[in-house]
Amino acid sequence: MDFSRIYDSIPYILEGIPVMFQVVLVSALLGITLGVVVATFKIVPNRLVNFIGHAYTAVFRGTPLILQLAIIHFGLPQLTGYITTPYQSAVIAFSLNSAAYISEIIRAGIQAVDKGQWEASDALGVPYVKQLRSIILPQAFKNILPALVNEMITLTKESALVSTVGVLDIMRRAQIVGGQKAIYFEPLLFAGVIYFTIVMVLTYLGQRLEKRLRKSDGR
Amino acid sequence: MIQVKDLYKQFGDLEVLKGITTSIEKGEVVAVIGPSGSGKSTFLRCLNMLEVPTSGTVSVAGYELTKKGANVSKARQNIGMVFQQFNLFPHMSVLDNLTYAPINVLKVSKAEAIERAKKLLERVGLSEKIDAYPSQLSGGQKQRVAIARALAMEPNVMLFDEPTSALDPEMVNEVLDVMKGLAESGMTMVVVTHEMGFAREVADRVLFLDEGILMEEGKPADLLLNPQTDRAKRFLEKVL
Repeated sequence: MDFSRIYDSIPYILEGIPVMFQVVLVSALLGITLGVVVATFKIVPNRLVNFIGHAYTAVFRGTPLILQLAIIHFGLPQLTGYITTPYQSAVIAFSLNSAAYISEIIRAGIQAVDKGQWEASDALGVPYVKQLRSIILPQAFKNILPALVNEMITLTKESALVSTVGVLDIMRRAQIVGGQKAIYFEPLLFAGVIYFTIVMVLTYLGQRLEKRLRKSDGR
Repeated sequence: MIQVKDLYKQFGDLEVLKGITTSIEKGEVVAVIGPSGSGKSTFLRCLNMLEVPTSGTVSVAGYELTKKGANVSKARQNIGMVFQQFNLFPHMSVLDNLTYAPINVLKVSKAEAIERAKKLLERVGLSEKIDAYPSQLSGGQKQRVAIARALAMEPNVMLFDEPTSALDPEMVNEVLDVMKGLAESGMTMVVVTHEMGFAREVADRVLFLDEGILMEEGKPADLLLNPQTDRAKRFLEKVL
Protein backbone atom coordinates (compact mmCIF):
# COMPACT_ATOMS: atom_id res chain seq x y z
CA MET A 1 0.00 0.00 0.00
CA ASP A 2 1.41 3.35 -0.98
CA PHE A 3 -0.72 6.41 -0.31
CA SER A 4 2.01 8.76 -1.47
CA ARG A 5 1.09 7.82 -5.02
CA ILE A 6 -2.38 9.39 -4.69
CA TYR A 7 -1.35 12.52 -2.73
CA ASP A 8 -1.79 14.75 -5.74
CA SER A 9 -5.25 13.29 -6.43
CA ILE A 10 -6.64 13.85 -2.93
CA PRO A 11 -8.08 17.34 -3.69
CA TYR A 12 -9.74 15.88 -6.78
CA ILE A 13 -11.44 13.18 -4.73
CA LEU A 14 -12.41 15.65 -1.98
CA GLU A 15 -14.22 17.77 -4.57
CA GLY A 16 -16.73 14.92 -4.68
CA ILE A 17 -17.97 15.85 -1.17
CA PRO A 18 -19.99 18.94 -2.20
CA VAL A 19 -21.26 17.02 -5.24
CA MET A 20 -22.52 14.27 -2.95
CA PHE A 21 -24.15 16.74 -0.57
CA GLN A 22 -25.88 18.44 -3.46
CA VAL A 23 -27.45 15.17 -4.51
CA VAL A 24 -28.32 14.16 -0.93
CA LEU A 25 -29.74 17.49 0.26
CA VAL A 26 -31.85 18.21 -2.81
CA SER A 27 -33.12 14.61 -2.89
CA ALA A 28 -33.86 14.72 0.84
CA LEU A 29 -35.90 17.93 0.54
CA LEU A 30 -37.84 16.68 -2.45
CA GLY A 31 -38.14 13.23 -0.87
CA ILE A 32 -39.57 14.62 2.38
CA THR A 33 -42.05 16.81 0.50
CA LEU A 34 -43.24 13.94 -1.65
CA GLY A 35 -43.07 11.61 1.37
CA VAL A 36 -45.52 13.81 3.30
CA VAL A 37 -47.90 13.67 0.34
CA VAL A 38 -47.62 9.89 0.02
CA ALA A 39 -48.04 9.46 3.80
CA THR A 40 -51.21 11.56 3.65
CA PHE A 41 -52.44 9.30 0.84
CA LYS A 42 -51.98 6.35 3.17
CA ILE A 43 -53.94 7.66 6.14
CA VAL A 44 -56.90 9.55 4.66
CA PRO A 45 -60.19 7.66 4.90
CA ASN A 46 -60.42 6.72 1.21
CA ARG A 47 -59.50 3.24 0.00
CA LEU A 48 -58.53 4.16 -3.55
CA VAL A 49 -56.22 6.93 -2.33
CA ASN A 50 -54.79 4.55 0.30
CA PHE A 51 -54.10 2.03 -2.44
CA ILE A 52 -52.22 4.56 -4.56
CA GLY A 53 -50.03 5.48 -1.59
CA HIS A 54 -49.26 1.87 -0.73
CA ALA A 55 -48.66 0.89 -4.35
CA TYR A 56 -46.18 3.72 -4.74
CA THR A 57 -44.24 2.54 -1.71
CA ALA A 58 -44.38 -1.10 -2.79
CA VAL A 59 -42.90 -0.34 -6.21
CA PHE A 60 -40.05 1.81 -4.97
CA ARG A 61 -39.19 -0.42 -2.03
CA GLY A 62 -39.66 -3.59 -4.05
CA THR A 63 -37.05 -2.88 -6.73
CA PRO A 64 -33.32 -2.09 -6.47
CA LEU A 65 -32.43 1.58 -6.33
CA ILE A 66 -29.68 1.05 -8.90
CA LEU A 67 -32.30 -0.30 -11.30
CA GLN A 68 -34.58 2.70 -10.72
CA LEU A 69 -31.65 4.98 -11.37
CA ALA A 70 -30.73 3.14 -14.58
CA ILE A 71 -34.33 3.22 -15.84
CA ILE A 72 -34.59 6.94 -15.23
CA HIS A 73 -31.21 7.77 -16.76
CA PHE A 74 -30.88 5.28 -19.61
CA GLY A 75 -34.45 4.08 -20.14
CA LEU A 76 -36.75 7.08 -19.90
CA PRO A 77 -35.12 9.21 -22.62
CA GLN A 78 -36.14 6.45 -25.04
CA LEU A 79 -39.79 7.17 -24.18
CA THR A 80 -39.74 10.89 -23.56
CA GLY A 81 -37.02 11.98 -25.97
CA TYR A 82 -35.73 14.22 -23.21
CA ILE A 83 -32.24 13.44 -22.02
CA THR A 84 -31.58 14.22 -18.37
CA THR A 85 -28.12 15.06 -17.08
CA PRO A 86 -26.55 12.54 -14.68
CA TYR A 87 -27.19 14.95 -11.81
CA GLN A 88 -30.86 15.37 -12.73
CA SER A 89 -31.35 11.62 -13.06
CA ALA A 90 -29.68 11.05 -9.73
CA VAL A 91 -31.87 13.59 -7.93
CA ILE A 92 -35.06 12.27 -9.56
CA ALA A 93 -34.29 8.65 -8.68
CA PHE A 94 -33.21 9.41 -5.12
CA SER A 95 -36.16 11.71 -4.42
CA LEU A 96 -38.71 9.21 -5.69
CA ASN A 97 -37.04 6.36 -3.84
CA SER A 98 -36.55 8.12 -0.50
CA ALA A 99 -40.13 9.44 -0.65
CA ALA A 100 -41.30 5.81 -0.46
CA TYR A 101 -39.28 5.16 2.70
CA ILE A 102 -40.03 8.54 4.24
CA SER A 103 -43.77 8.14 3.69
CA GLU A 104 -43.60 4.91 5.71
CA ILE A 105 -41.68 6.68 8.49
CA ILE A 106 -44.27 9.46 8.65
CA ARG A 107 -47.24 7.10 8.46
CA ALA A 108 -45.83 4.92 11.23
CA GLY A 109 -45.05 8.02 13.31
CA ILE A 110 -48.61 9.27 13.02
CA GLN A 111 -50.15 5.89 13.73
CA ALA A 112 -47.90 5.40 16.76
CA VAL A 113 -49.61 8.34 18.46
CA ASP A 114 -51.95 6.99 21.13
CA LYS A 115 -55.49 6.41 19.87
CA GLY A 116 -56.72 8.24 22.95
CA GLN A 117 -55.34 11.48 21.55
CA TRP A 118 -57.64 11.22 18.54
CA GLU A 119 -60.57 10.32 20.80
CA ALA A 120 -59.95 13.12 23.27
CA SER A 121 -59.79 15.72 20.52
CA ASP A 122 -62.79 14.12 18.77
CA ALA A 123 -64.76 14.39 21.99
CA LEU A 124 -63.90 18.09 22.21
CA GLY A 125 -65.24 18.62 18.70
CA VAL A 126 -61.86 19.52 17.19
CA PRO A 127 -62.08 19.30 13.37
CA TYR A 128 -59.82 16.82 11.48
CA VAL A 129 -57.24 19.23 10.05
CA LYS A 130 -56.69 21.02 13.36
CA GLN A 131 -56.58 17.68 15.13
CA LEU A 132 -53.81 16.50 12.83
CA ARG A 133 -51.90 19.77 12.94
CA SER A 134 -52.10 20.73 16.63
CA ILE A 135 -52.59 17.44 18.45
CA ILE A 136 -51.28 14.51 16.40
CA LEU A 137 -48.36 15.81 14.29
CA PRO A 138 -46.49 17.53 17.14
CA GLN A 139 -46.49 14.18 18.96
CA ALA A 140 -45.74 12.16 15.84
CA PHE A 141 -42.75 14.41 15.16
CA LYS A 142 -40.83 12.85 18.04
CA ASN A 143 -41.31 9.40 16.56
CA ILE A 144 -40.50 10.63 13.08
CA LEU A 145 -37.38 12.72 13.52
CA PRO A 146 -34.88 10.04 14.66
CA ALA A 147 -36.03 7.69 11.89
CA LEU A 148 -35.75 10.52 9.41
CA VAL A 149 -32.13 11.13 10.42
CA ASN A 150 -31.43 7.44 9.85
CA GLU A 151 -32.98 7.72 6.41
CA MET A 152 -30.65 10.66 5.66
CA ILE A 153 -27.67 8.54 6.68
CA THR A 154 -28.81 5.74 4.40
CA LEU A 155 -29.30 8.22 1.60
CA THR A 156 -25.76 9.52 2.08
CA LYS A 157 -24.28 6.05 1.80
CA GLU A 158 -26.49 4.96 -1.08
CA SER A 159 -25.60 8.14 -2.96
CA ALA A 160 -22.45 6.35 -4.10
CA LEU A 161 -24.72 4.65 -6.64
CA VAL A 162 -24.92 7.88 -8.66
CA SER A 163 -21.39 7.09 -9.83
CA THR A 164 -22.99 4.50 -12.12
CA VAL A 165 -24.67 7.18 -14.24
CA GLY A 166 -21.57 9.34 -14.31
CA VAL A 167 -22.09 11.88 -11.54
CA LEU A 168 -18.63 12.92 -10.35
CA ASP A 169 -19.15 12.10 -6.70
CA ILE A 170 -16.58 10.75 -4.25
CA MET A 171 -17.00 7.19 -5.47
CA ARG A 172 -16.68 8.04 -9.16
CA ARG A 173 -13.65 10.20 -8.56
CA ALA A 174 -11.92 7.46 -6.59
CA GLN A 175 -12.52 5.05 -9.46
CA ILE A 176 -11.17 7.55 -12.00
CA VAL A 177 -8.02 8.11 -9.96
CA GLY A 178 -7.67 4.35 -9.68
CA GLY A 179 -7.98 3.96 -13.42
CA GLN A 180 -5.48 6.68 -14.21
CA LYS A 181 -2.82 5.43 -11.82
CA ALA A 182 -3.65 1.75 -12.10
CA ILE A 183 -3.88 1.43 -8.32
CA TYR A 184 -7.32 0.92 -6.87
CA PHE A 185 -6.90 0.01 -3.24
CA GLU A 186 -5.63 3.36 -2.01
CA PRO A 187 -8.17 5.70 -3.65
CA LEU A 188 -11.08 3.41 -2.80
CA LEU A 189 -9.94 3.10 0.81
CA PHE A 190 -9.62 6.86 0.97
CA ALA A 191 -13.17 7.24 -0.38
CA GLY A 192 -14.30 4.75 2.27
CA VAL A 193 -12.73 6.88 5.00
CA ILE A 194 -14.57 9.96 3.72
CA TYR A 195 -17.95 8.18 3.69
CA PHE A 196 -17.33 6.69 7.10
CA THR A 197 -16.39 10.06 8.61
CA ILE A 198 -19.46 11.79 7.17
CA VAL A 199 -21.77 9.00 8.36
CA MET A 200 -20.23 9.05 11.84
CA VAL A 201 -20.74 12.81 12.11
CA LEU A 202 -24.36 12.49 10.97
CA THR A 203 -24.95 9.62 13.39
CA TYR A 204 -23.55 11.70 16.25
CA LEU A 205 -25.77 14.66 15.34
CA GLY A 206 -28.75 12.32 15.11
CA GLN A 207 -28.08 10.90 18.57
CA ARG A 208 -27.82 14.36 20.10
CA LEU A 209 -31.08 15.36 18.48
CA GLU A 210 -32.78 12.24 19.79
CA LYS A 211 -31.48 12.90 23.29
CA ARG A 212 -32.82 16.43 23.22
CA LEU A 213 -36.22 15.24 22.04
CA ARG A 214 -36.34 12.65 24.79
CA LYS A 215 -35.47 15.28 27.36
CA SER A 216 -38.34 17.47 26.26
CA ASP A 217 -40.61 14.46 26.78
CA GLY A 218 -39.99 14.64 30.50
CA ARG A 219 -41.27 18.17 30.77
CA MET B 1 -81.44 15.56 28.02
CA ILE B 2 -80.39 12.21 26.52
CA GLN B 3 -82.71 9.85 24.65
CA VAL B 4 -81.49 6.43 23.56
CA LYS B 5 -83.73 4.18 21.51
CA ASP B 6 -83.13 0.59 20.38
CA LEU B 7 -79.37 1.05 20.43
CA TYR B 8 -77.51 -1.81 18.73
CA LYS B 9 -73.77 -2.06 18.27
CA GLN B 10 -71.92 -4.86 16.53
CA PHE B 11 -68.16 -5.26 16.10
CA GLY B 12 -67.93 -7.72 13.23
CA ASP B 13 -69.82 -10.77 14.45
CA LEU B 14 -69.76 -9.67 18.05
CA GLU B 15 -72.98 -8.10 19.30
CA VAL B 16 -71.97 -5.74 22.08
CA LEU B 17 -75.20 -3.82 22.57
CA LYS B 18 -78.49 -5.57 21.91
CA GLY B 19 -81.17 -2.93 21.90
CA ILE B 20 -80.88 -0.41 24.70
CA THR B 21 -83.60 2.12 25.36
CA THR B 22 -83.44 4.68 28.11
CA SER B 23 -83.60 8.39 28.70
CA ILE B 24 -81.74 10.65 31.06
CA GLU B 25 -83.21 13.83 32.48
CA LYS B 26 -81.50 17.18 32.77
CA GLY B 27 -79.47 17.31 36.00
CA GLU B 28 -79.70 13.59 36.51
CA VAL B 29 -76.63 11.61 37.57
CA VAL B 30 -76.69 8.10 36.16
CA ALA B 31 -74.22 5.40 37.09
CA VAL B 32 -73.75 2.56 34.61
CA ILE B 33 -72.53 -0.66 36.19
CA GLY B 34 -72.05 -4.23 35.04
CA PRO B 35 -69.42 -6.93 34.58
CA SER B 36 -66.54 -6.26 32.20
CA GLY B 37 -67.54 -6.99 28.63
CA SER B 38 -71.13 -6.08 29.39
CA GLY B 39 -71.01 -3.22 26.87
CA LYS B 40 -71.21 -0.36 29.34
CA SER B 41 -68.23 1.54 27.91
CA THR B 42 -69.50 0.99 24.38
CA PHE B 43 -72.90 2.31 25.48
CA LEU B 44 -71.26 5.46 26.85
CA ARG B 45 -69.11 5.91 23.74
CA CYS B 46 -72.21 5.69 21.55
CA LEU B 47 -73.64 8.71 23.36
CA ASN B 48 -71.09 11.01 21.68
CA MET B 49 -70.57 8.82 18.61
CA LEU B 50 -67.01 7.79 19.45
CA GLU B 51 -68.55 4.47 18.53
CA VAL B 52 -71.05 4.70 15.73
CA PRO B 53 -74.13 2.61 16.60
CA THR B 54 -75.07 -0.15 14.16
CA SER B 55 -78.70 0.88 14.53
CA GLY B 56 -80.97 2.82 16.85
CA THR B 57 -81.03 6.49 17.75
CA VAL B 58 -79.22 8.72 20.21
CA SER B 59 -80.34 12.28 20.91
CA VAL B 60 -78.60 14.71 23.20
CA ALA B 61 -80.16 18.04 24.16
CA GLY B 62 -82.83 17.55 21.50
CA TYR B 63 -80.33 16.90 18.69
CA GLU B 64 -80.29 13.48 17.04
CA LEU B 65 -76.66 12.44 16.55
CA THR B 66 -77.49 9.24 14.71
CA LYS B 67 -79.42 10.81 11.85
CA LYS B 68 -77.74 10.97 8.46
CA GLY B 69 -75.61 14.06 7.98
CA ALA B 70 -75.74 15.02 11.65
CA ASN B 71 -73.06 17.52 12.65
CA VAL B 72 -71.38 15.28 15.20
CA SER B 73 -68.44 17.64 15.87
CA LYS B 74 -70.85 20.42 16.72
CA ALA B 75 -72.89 18.20 19.01
CA ARG B 76 -69.77 16.97 20.77
CA GLN B 77 -68.91 20.51 21.82
CA ASN B 78 -71.88 20.13 24.14
CA ILE B 79 -70.91 16.73 25.53
CA GLY B 80 -67.87 16.58 27.78
CA MET B 81 -66.04 13.30 28.07
CA VAL B 82 -63.57 11.99 30.63
CA PHE B 83 -61.54 8.89 29.80
CA GLN B 84 -60.07 6.11 31.89
CA GLN B 85 -56.59 6.94 30.55
CA PHE B 86 -57.05 10.74 30.92
CA ASN B 87 -55.80 11.42 27.36
CA LEU B 88 -54.43 14.84 28.20
CA PHE B 89 -52.38 16.41 25.42
CA PRO B 90 -48.83 15.64 26.59
CA HIS B 91 -47.15 18.36 24.52
CA MET B 92 -49.29 21.12 26.01
CA SER B 93 -49.21 22.73 29.44
CA VAL B 94 -52.21 22.34 31.73
CA LEU B 95 -53.37 25.82 30.72
CA ASP B 96 -53.11 25.00 27.01
CA ASN B 97 -54.95 21.72 27.54
CA LEU B 98 -57.81 23.73 29.02
CA THR B 99 -57.84 26.58 26.52
CA TYR B 100 -57.05 24.82 23.23
CA ALA B 101 -60.56 23.66 22.37
CA PRO B 102 -62.44 26.73 23.67
CA ILE B 103 -60.18 28.99 21.58
CA ASN B 104 -59.93 26.80 18.45
CA VAL B 105 -63.35 25.19 18.42
CA LEU B 106 -65.71 27.55 20.23
CA LYS B 107 -63.76 30.66 19.09
CA VAL B 108 -63.75 32.08 22.59
CA SER B 109 -61.24 34.92 23.02
CA LYS B 110 -57.90 33.95 24.51
CA ALA B 111 -58.36 36.16 27.58
CA GLU B 112 -61.78 34.69 28.24
CA ALA B 113 -60.50 31.13 27.78
CA ILE B 114 -57.66 31.74 30.25
CA GLU B 115 -60.11 33.25 32.73
CA ARG B 116 -62.33 30.16 32.43
CA ALA B 117 -59.35 27.83 32.79
CA LYS B 118 -58.21 29.54 35.98
CA LYS B 119 -61.66 29.26 37.54
CA LEU B 120 -61.89 25.60 36.62
CA LEU B 121 -58.46 24.79 37.98
CA GLU B 122 -59.45 26.44 41.22
CA ARG B 123 -62.60 24.33 41.25
CA VAL B 124 -60.62 21.09 40.86
CA GLY B 125 -57.98 22.32 43.33
CA LEU B 126 -55.04 22.55 40.92
CA SER B 127 -54.46 26.27 40.50
CA GLU B 128 -50.75 25.89 41.20
CA LYS B 129 -50.35 23.41 38.33
CA ILE B 130 -51.41 25.82 35.63
CA ASP B 131 -48.00 25.84 33.90
CA ALA B 132 -47.16 22.19 34.55
CA TYR B 133 -47.08 19.55 31.83
CA PRO B 134 -49.18 16.37 32.14
CA SER B 135 -46.09 14.21 32.73
CA GLN B 136 -45.42 16.18 35.92
CA LEU B 137 -48.81 15.34 37.40
CA SER B 138 -49.99 12.35 39.40
CA GLY B 139 -52.80 10.20 38.02
CA GLY B 140 -55.40 11.84 40.21
CA GLN B 141 -54.22 15.30 39.21
CA LYS B 142 -54.27 14.32 35.52
CA GLN B 143 -57.84 13.15 35.81
CA ARG B 144 -58.89 16.34 37.56
CA VAL B 145 -57.27 18.36 34.77
CA ALA B 146 -59.08 16.17 32.24
CA ILE B 147 -62.39 16.94 33.96
CA ALA B 148 -61.56 20.65 33.90
CA ARG B 149 -60.63 20.39 30.21
CA ALA B 150 -64.03 18.91 29.41
CA LEU B 151 -65.81 21.53 31.55
CA ALA B 152 -63.97 24.34 29.75
CA MET B 153 -66.29 23.70 26.80
CA GLU B 154 -69.24 24.44 29.12
CA PRO B 155 -71.06 21.27 28.09
CA ASN B 156 -74.62 20.32 28.99
CA VAL B 157 -73.70 16.72 29.64
CA MET B 158 -70.63 15.01 31.06
CA LEU B 159 -69.71 11.41 30.23
CA PHE B 160 -67.25 9.53 32.42
CA ASP B 161 -65.69 6.30 31.18
CA GLU B 162 -64.35 4.49 34.26
CA PRO B 163 -62.68 7.68 35.45
CA THR B 164 -60.99 6.13 38.48
CA SER B 165 -60.06 2.68 37.14
CA ALA B 166 -56.52 3.65 36.14
CA LEU B 167 -55.76 5.39 39.43
CA ASP B 168 -53.83 4.27 42.46
CA PRO B 169 -56.31 3.66 45.30
CA GLU B 170 -55.21 6.67 47.32
CA MET B 171 -56.04 8.97 44.40
CA VAL B 172 -59.54 7.72 43.73
CA ASN B 173 -61.22 9.97 46.27
CA GLU B 174 -59.80 13.26 45.03
CA VAL B 175 -61.36 12.53 41.64
CA LEU B 176 -64.66 11.30 43.08
CA ASP B 177 -64.86 14.44 45.22
CA VAL B 178 -64.60 16.62 42.14
CA MET B 179 -67.31 14.55 40.47
CA LYS B 180 -69.51 14.83 43.54
CA GLY B 181 -69.15 18.61 43.47
CA LEU B 182 -70.08 18.57 39.82
CA ALA B 183 -73.17 16.46 40.50
CA GLU B 184 -74.26 18.85 43.24
CA SER B 185 -73.93 21.78 40.86
CA GLY B 186 -76.67 20.22 38.73
CA MET B 187 -74.60 18.79 35.86
CA THR B 188 -76.16 15.98 33.86
CA MET B 189 -73.74 13.07 34.24
CA VAL B 190 -73.43 9.54 32.90
CA VAL B 191 -70.74 7.62 34.75
CA VAL B 192 -69.49 4.15 33.87
CA THR B 193 -67.94 3.01 37.09
CA HIS B 194 -66.83 0.21 39.36
CA GLU B 195 -67.10 2.47 42.39
CA MET B 196 -70.27 1.17 44.02
CA GLY B 197 -69.84 3.65 46.88
CA PHE B 198 -69.97 6.51 44.42
CA ALA B 199 -72.97 5.02 42.64
CA ARG B 200 -74.85 4.63 45.92
CA GLU B 201 -73.98 8.03 47.28
CA VAL B 202 -74.12 10.30 44.26
CA ALA B 203 -76.17 8.69 41.50
CA ASP B 204 -79.87 9.38 41.10
CA ARG B 205 -80.27 6.21 39.10
CA VAL B 206 -78.23 3.11 38.36
CA LEU B 207 -78.28 1.15 35.10
CA PHE B 208 -77.14 -2.46 35.25
CA LEU B 209 -75.90 -3.76 31.90
CA ASP B 210 -75.05 -7.37 31.14
CA GLU B 211 -74.20 -8.93 27.79
CA GLY B 212 -75.35 -5.83 25.96
CA ILE B 213 -78.77 -5.73 27.58
CA LEU B 214 -80.08 -3.20 30.07
CA MET B 215 -81.06 -5.81 32.64
CA GLU B 216 -82.24 -3.57 35.39
CA GLU B 217 -82.44 0.06 36.38
CA GLY B 218 -83.54 1.91 39.45
CA LYS B 219 -82.64 4.08 42.39
CA PRO B 220 -79.25 3.14 43.83
CA ALA B 221 -80.71 2.10 47.15
CA ASP B 222 -83.15 -0.28 45.45
CA LEU B 223 -80.94 -1.70 42.75
CA LEU B 224 -77.74 -2.08 44.71
CA LEU B 225 -79.29 -3.48 47.87
CA ASN B 226 -82.24 -5.32 46.46
CA PRO B 227 -81.59 -6.35 42.85
CA GLN B 228 -84.45 -8.07 41.04
CA THR B 229 -82.56 -10.10 38.45
CA ASP B 230 -80.27 -13.04 39.16
CA ARG B 231 -77.51 -11.58 37.09
CA ALA B 232 -77.51 -8.33 39.02
CA LYS B 233 -77.59 -10.28 42.28
CA ARG B 234 -74.59 -12.36 41.28
CA PHE B 235 -72.66 -9.33 40.05
CA LEU B 236 -73.35 -7.30 43.18
CA GLU B 237 -72.43 -10.17 45.48
CA LYS B 238 -69.00 -10.13 43.89
CA VAL B 239 -68.35 -6.41 44.01
CA LEU B 240 -70.03 -5.20 47.20
